[in-house]
Amino acid sequence: MGENGSGWLPEAMSTVAAEVDALFYFTLYTSTIIFVAVIGAMIYFGIRFRRRDESEVPTPVHEPKWLEMTWIVVPTILVMIVFTWGFKVFVKLHTAPPDSYEITVRAAQWYWEFEYDNGVTSANELYVPVGKAIKLNMSASDVLHSFFVPAFRIKMDVIPNRVTSVWFEATDVGTYQVFCTEYCGTSHAAMLATVHVVTDSEFRQWLATQNQDLPPAELGAQLFNQYTCNVCHVDTAVGPGLTGIFGSERKLSDGTTVIADEDYLLESIVDPGAKLVEGYGLQMPATFGSLTQKQLDGLIAYIKTL
Amino acid sequence: MTSHSAEGHPAHLEHHFVSSEQQFDAAKMGMWLFLVTEILLFSGMFVTYTVFRSWHPEVFAHSAELLDWRMGGINTIVLLASSFTVALAVHFAQKDNMRLVIINLMVTLVFAFLFLVIKYFEYTGKFAHGVFPGAAFDPHGVAGGHNYADYNIPYAAQFFSIYFVMTGIHAFHVIVGIGVIAWITLRVSRGEFSSAYYTPVELTGLYWHLVDIIWIFLFPLLYLI
Amino acid sequence: MAQDETINYLNHDRSLKSWLLTKDHKRIGLMYLGAVSLAFLAGGILALLIRLELLTPGETIMGPDAYNQSFTIHAVLMVFVVLIPAIPAALGNFFLPLQLGARDVAFPRLNLFSFYLYLTGAVIVLSALIVGRIDGGWTFYAPYSERVGDSILFVTTGVFVMGFSSILTGLNFIVTVHKMRTPGLTWNRLPLFVWSIYSTAIVQVLATPVIGITMVLLFLERFLSIGIFDPALGGDPVLFQHFFWFYSHPAVYIMILPAFGIISELIGTFSRHRVSGYTFVALSSVAIAFLGFLVWGHHMFVSGQSAVSSVVFSLLTYLIGIPTGVKVLNWVTTMYRGSISFKTPMIYALIFLFTFSIGGFSGVMVGVLGIDIHLHDTYFIVAHFHYVMMGGTVIAMLGGIHYWWPKMTGRMYNETLGKIAAILVFIGFNLTFFPQFIMGSRGMPRRYYDYLPEFQFMHELSTYGSWILGAALFMILGYMMASLINGKKAPSNPWGALTLEWTHAAALPHPHNFLATPIVVRGPYDYHLAREMFELVPSGDGQHGEVIPGVEASEPDGRPEEA
Ligand code: HEA
Ligand code: HEA
Ligand code: HEC
Ligand code: CUA
Ligand SMILES: [Cu+2]
Repeated sequence: MGENGSGWLPEAMSTVAAEVDALFYFTLYTSTIIFVAVIGAMIYFGIRFRRRDESEVPTPVHEPKWLEMTWIVVPTILVMIVFTWGFKVFVKLHTAPPDSYEITVRAAQWYWEFEYDNGVTSANELYVPVGKAIKLNMSASDVLHSFFVPAFRIKMDVIPNRVTSVWFEATDVGTYQVFCTEYCGTSHAAMLATVHVVTDSEFRQWLATQNQDLPPAELGAQLFNQYTCNVCHVDTAVGPGLTGIFGSERKLSDGTTVIADEDYLLESIVDPGAKLVEGYGLQMPATFGSLTQKQLDGLIAYIKTL
Repeated sequence: MTSHSAEGHPAHLEHHFVSSEQQFDAAKMGMWLFLVTEILLFSGMFVTYTVFRSWHPEVFAHSAELLDWRMGGINTIVLLASSFTVALAVHFAQKDNMRLVIINLMVTLVFAFLFLVIKYFEYTGKFAHGVFPGAAFDPHGVAGGHNYADYNIPYAAQFFSIYFVMTGIHAFHVIVGIGVIAWITLRVSRGEFSSAYYTPVELTGLYWHLVDIIWIFLFPLLYLI
Repeated sequence: MAQDETINYLNHDRSLKSWLLTKDHKRIGLMYLGAVSLAFLAGGILALLIRLELLTPGETIMGPDAYNQSFTIHAVLMVFVVLIPAIPAALGNFFLPLQLGARDVAFPRLNLFSFYLYLTGAVIVLSALIVGRIDGGWTFYAPYSERVGDSILFVTTGVFVMGFSSILTGLNFIVTVHKMRTPGLTWNRLPLFVWSIYSTAIVQVLATPVIGITMVLLFLERFLSIGIFDPALGGDPVLFQHFFWFYSHPAVYIMILPAFGIISELIGTFSRHRVSGYTFVALSSVAIAFLGFLVWGHHMFVSGQSAVSSVVFSLLTYLIGIPTGVKVLNWVTTMYRGSISFKTPMIYALIFLFTFSIGGFSGVMVGVLGIDIHLHDTYFIVAHFHYVMMGGTVIAMLGGIHYWWPKMTGRMYNETLGKIAAILVFIGFNLTFFPQFIMGSRGMPRRYYDYLPEFQFMHELSTYGSWILGAALFMILGYMMASLINGKKAPSNPWGALTLEWTHAAALPHPHNFLATPIVVRGPYDYHLAREMFELVPSGDGQHGEVIPGVEASEPDGRPEEA
């Protein structure tokens, strides 16, 4: 299978993907064969027995009992094969190997946050080593989300107040798309992330260098995209544009005005409902309250540069 | 049946039925089906109860202590008695004794009201100590040997939410029942029914038995275990 | 008798009041048909807008909020306002009593009441649009549905009220089938449409109360924060999903079983042949109705429900394929050695076999645990359910409307336009939804207002398809309306069918359906026993199969038959 996978399925890049695909194609082809037979018979009968004379009245055919029985028995057998097979694949998809490397995943409107064993966190960028079983322990802070990586054929809902998990072992280095597949509000379609599958040594190096200090404004610029601020404030008009707002006078929806100083920006990020900008509703999620002080400082520094 | 203007058909027979029996059978079957849907409606709540109880059995058992089994028990007896009187009413309708039908229906009404009065005292007793469904749940004060503050534990609010929802929806059915019985009583007193036609009386009786049966399940689940 | 023939259910009283307060099942059926078509139009226009938005990635015609609301309302309209009442309440109401030889349903007043409940529910749902933002999809998963605006309260109340209407309709039909059959109409002589409406009614009565209580609980949770579903209050969002699907899976059989009934009628009539395996076809409806209650968990394979339940639900899911397969295969064999006439309704029946089978097979594929993990909540699912709902129920409904149009309106539509439109529907439909299978299995998630560029080609195809589909449907609307004005007057039995509404009722039925009680002496598809029907009248004048209303059906003649 090439870079883009086969005709129906995307590239298969995890250890279970090939098995899922085999099962998929088995059911697809069996269904196609039965389908063609059924529709073929329908078309043939339609032509062969078309009405040639308005007054013709055919004699009823007494279908033999064995025919009814075949229709019950053959599908039942097929169905049992597929069930057993599907069950096996499911068990494999379901049970992470005991020595998996565990990563904590937190989902919130509308970003993914990954935390590694040494406390490093990253948003919307998941780094994992190739050829190693990875187990993700996931929870959500607001509503349901769902973690889906097509190339790995895995998906699992992420639920508030509960930990669900999913595992995979990537077979090749590369970057793969993550989608959120449980409807979670305005920016559900933008709740994307990337899995970077890298070699083991690259992964170690990446982990080690993550705590290295960036200048606040640069960190902020990164975070601004990672935490999807850009989706509402740049790409769409869901939120107000932020260019040049630092120090300017903001009109609020209750009619008052306020000067956009650092305190105001901080409050706008951690508690968006406190002061609503005129013309906008309470659409900005309150989940950013969980960002660290350093991250918040970075974001504010970055907004000042806009 | 050739045409619907057929001579001498009884006044209660609607034009699309062939005979009184057909009409009666149809009505009765319809009522049974309706009762089935009622049971399913409540079964949704019973499932909720079972799920939450299986998750937090101690909390549920502990919270149930706050419910007064004596009041619940009296109410059970009241409803059972009312079920009996409504059955008597149907019995006397068959016997064409309309005076006794009316008396029995009236007694049923009295029991139904009594049930609601007792429920009213139960509810207000809880509200007085901040035992409300949902977010307003804030138990406090001392009464009947219980320190309500002891019940301010996680998931106790769920128990009481379920309690209020289930008994509330049940009480709603009692109120509807009172309306229906009152209306039927009125129709009996107007002489609309006889032993030849008393379908509405019988259907009302069936409905009332259902209300009773549901309570028979609610009482032990909420008050006793 | 002659003067009676000029009186029909439409002209015996033309006042508005006589319509609004009618207890006549035929008029109620027509009113449902009107309401359902309007809602279908509204839902369809939203669908066209959805497709237009998806023509290119990013914002094409609307922003994310508008898009999210569009697909939510599209689905709520299509499922609760269109599909669930469509066949049973519109065509079922009209034809069930006729096929039973009854004067009306068992409880005509209740029937009218159901109609108004339905209207009220629909209006409440739609008023949510005015109140404010309503998104989250038709599944209303908690806790999201508890965080959006108050308009969700209107939707849940509306769904609750319509559910009540659905229960009362189902109850009415069950009693009607049991108690109102005309003499001679034994259970094994019931038309298959009656069997399917009967099975549907059972599901309606047994499943709908659960969505009722779910909506009540959701409502109370919004109002009082009772903490049943919202994890922030100690509730369980997965419990909500169980409740929702406990109703909504059986509900998909509420949508499809009546469609099966129509298809049986169409294939029997236009093959002029006894429906093969009658008993199997009839009882498989009942089997599907019951099995349908045991598989709801197949919507929740990745929801966090226990692995054991997933396995059990998966197994039960396939079992449903078997009775359904029995039906499909029997329909095909009915055509064997029949005398097949390709009138517009029959074309819809053939399209149905094609599209519904694809939908059904894709359903079995997503029922497989290992595969569904990948396909869940992608466009593969969107394609699956449009193939069964649009390609199944709506296609069957269109077939049924064409088939019974002469009986309902007394007019014939233009046959040529009918065939052209049917073929355009077929092309447009497949072009719209087949590409969705492919992009779905390649990873395109559903409920996405925006998408990666790699999916654009498939989305484009799908959008173009929706234009053809939309055009064809508008064409149908057009020639149907035209037939009311200048259509040919319909004979009482234009297709030469054998069920009572064709053989014993006038072209436009009498207000009380039949002038005399019909006596049934043969099965609904026993053409060989009604041979004289097709020999009495010379062919070609559009009058073949004309039977004088009120005359008893012919006795079996016992002659040996030759092919
Ligand atoms: C009319 C509506 C309708 C019908 C009839 C069906 C029919 C079926 N559906 Fe579908 N389904 C929906 C409407 C419907 N569905 C909707 C709306 C959703 C999505 C809801 C949402 O999330 O928004 C859905 C989702 C859905 C899922 C969940 C997917 C997911 O979200 O991950 C599953 C999984 O098992 C499923 C399975 C099936 C099966 C097995 C059938 C079977 O009944 C099909 C049986 C038919 C056949 C199999 C074809 C004919 C058979 C033969 C020719 C014989 C040979 C057969 C074999 C050998 C098997 N459906
Ligand atoms: C009965 C069910 C039904 C029907 C018929 C349709 C019909 C259509 N649907 Fe819909 N759809 C759903 C039920 C249905 N849908 C559901 C349940 C969802 C899931 C939503 C969710 O995620 O919550 C969905 C979601 C959905 C999506 C996915 C949105 C997303 O996930 O982001 C898309 C996208 O292409 C779509 C498209 C269409 C199209 C193009 C049609 C076309 O077939 C429409 C064609 C119709 C017309 C153009 C109208 C013309 C009508 C007339 C002229 C009236 C004439 C009257 C008579 C002839 C009687 N639908
Ligand atoms: C879903 C959309 C959305 C996202 C995501 C979002 N915002 Fe907002 N934001 C809004 C809206 C709407 C407003 C205006 C209403 C208000 O004041 O809360 C706003 C207001 C603001 C303001 C005040 C702007 C002014 O004009 O006074 C700041 C600062 C801000 N957001 C920063 C951020 C940052 C930083 C992030 C990411 C970490 C972010 N936002 C993510 C929607 C969003
Ligand atoms: Cu998060 Cu969708
Ligand atoms: Cu289902």
